[in-house]
Amino acid sequence: MTARFKPKTVYVTYIASTPEKVWQALTSSEFTRKYFWERDVEIEPKRGGAFMLRLPDGRINVQGKVLDHDPPRRLSVTWHVEWPEDFRKLPECVVTYDIAPADGAVRLTMTESHSWDVPEAILSGGRMGWPAVLSGLKSLLETGTAPAIQMEPPKEMIEAIRRLKV
Amino acid sequence: MTKPVFVYVTYIASTPEKVFKALTDGDATAKFWFGNAVTSDWKVGSAVTFHRDGKLVVSGQVLENDAPRRLSYTFQAQHAPHNGAEKHSRVVMDLEQQRDQVKLTVTHDDFAPDSKVFASISNGWPLVLSSLKSYLETNRVLYAPWYEEAAKREAEKAVS
Repeated sequence: MTARFKPKTVYVTYIASTPEKVWQALTSSEFTRKYFWERDVEIEPKRGGAFMLRLPDGRINVQGKVLDHDPPRRLSVTWHVEWPEDFRKLPECVVTYDIAPADGAVRLTMTESHSWDVPEAILSGGRMGWPAVLSGLKSLLETGTAPAIQMEPPKEMIEAIRRLKV
Repeated sequence: MTKPVFVYVTYIASTPEKVFKALTDGDATAKFWFGNAVTSDWKVGSAVTFHRDGKLVVSGQVLENDAPRRLSYTFQAQHAPHNGAEKHSRVVMDLEQQRDQVKLTVTHDDFAPDSKVFASISNGWPLVLSSLKSYLETNRVLYAPWYEEAAKREAEKAVS
């Protein structure tokens, strides 16, 4: 089903850690709430299982399904934004994390893929957000502390979503 | 055809002054940039060179120096397999303080048509800037396997 999804945003970071720890940081809420703007990840560890990011107040931020679950090498999920409400009309995308050993460190590659001709303005959200999230993950694993990088979705993205007809 | 532009953003728990210094100081770059030592007086128009083991790997010229906010220079890959064959491209580094973090944006563009250097730098920058972040936050650096392999191959060639 993912053949029609084309990669639109790729972010690579190298982390002084192990593939197992990077996998744990991506799939356990004890870690995600520290670097992913306090969101808890919930994941059923099998293909077809449920995937979710939950806000501290319990609301669902992102919902999807597990496409590929191959610890500690590859996690791929569908990604539908449930909150903010305006974002719900966006078609789901696919987020894939590839984890590979790289000479004593780990190369983590995040790929965001889309099934439609998504406007640049809407892509700007992920392009702004992923570097902050994955810089935080790297700091958390290397130093034990993740920064609190404050961020709102870009105005151009919000306007493009409002204009979007579905 | 759209011209290729490489953009990479990283957040570093540091100050703009320290990040700027790390990017412009040869002793620092030799540590986090896999042995590549930068030399320049960083005046607009002055030469910028990166040497590794005494060998020129990148050369260019300072375009802009607005320390500690912005640094820009031209960039010509002198290392194998490029060996200075391609015209200069352009590197722009923007540093922005955000609370206790520095948002560092590296924009590399103005490449030759059908550039081969573009693929090299697209692989290189994420590792260089990940290593810079580790260096400033933990005083540790990361290693680049393909740089080591390339150096080994060249050394073997020189012997045979």
